[in-house]
Amino acid sequence: MIRVQQEDFDIGAEIVRLKAGRSGIGAIVAFVGTVRDQAGDVEEMALEHYPGMTEAELQRIEAEACARWQLQSCLIVHRTGTLRPSDNIVLVVTASEHREAAFRSAEFLMDYLKTRAPFWKRESGPQGSRWVEADSRDVAASSRWNKHAAE
Amino acid sequence: MSTRLLYFAWVKEKIGVAAEEVDIPSHVTTVAELMTWLKTRGPEFDHAFARSEVIKAAIDQAHVRHDAAIGAAREIAFFPPVTGG
Repeated sequence: MIRVQQEDFDIGAEIVRLKAGRSGIGAIVAFVGTVRDQAGDVEEMALEHYPGMTEAELQRIEAEACARWQLQSCLIVHRTGTLRPSDNIVLVVTASEHREAAFRSAEFLMDYLKTRAPFWKRESGPQGSRWVEADSRDVAASSRWNKHAAE
Repeated sequence: MSTRLLYFAWVKEKIGVAAEEVDIPSHVTTVAELMTWLKTRGPEFDHAFARSEVIKAAIDQAHVRHDAAIGAAREIAFFPPVTGG
């Protein structure tokens, strides 16, 4: 399941919901990405996105993870709007019978999300504001999953 | 037939609009050609697409490469590399 929202999320409540009625789950991995203040340089972060494509792309990424691993359940929640240091940005939860699929698919989902989901961050602080530039390490992290891909 | 063009993040800021309906000339057949043509529409477009090689594109809400054919696209978007997560 995927969600794009302005509101914060409650990790505990999300996991309770995800487990409900799924007694085959034996492993749950949750990743939360949060806003860094970068030693005082960042006071605010605005997250812009492409409504419509964002949801479509997150669904494609989720489907890809479900095709690669045996998952009992999967959740991606991404926030938009104006956030402050320590605020939650993104939540990825994966659930599987054994831990390996949950660990690996959570990492895969984050790597793909970082390079494909149409979100853009703009940081503001005492030095003014600037669009965050894409990090080449994210591209490298994402492309390592392509080695065994059919594409 | 007009096509909806969308711009995001600094591409949008440089152009000064978020969305517009445009009649794309028939000789423009790929995303790369569309960017070249857009650059001729004014200094703000020339500025936004100056480093067109770094700009990403999507046709009908799916990522495409610059050599992708526009075809019967209803919506084409241009944006910087994504930075979510």
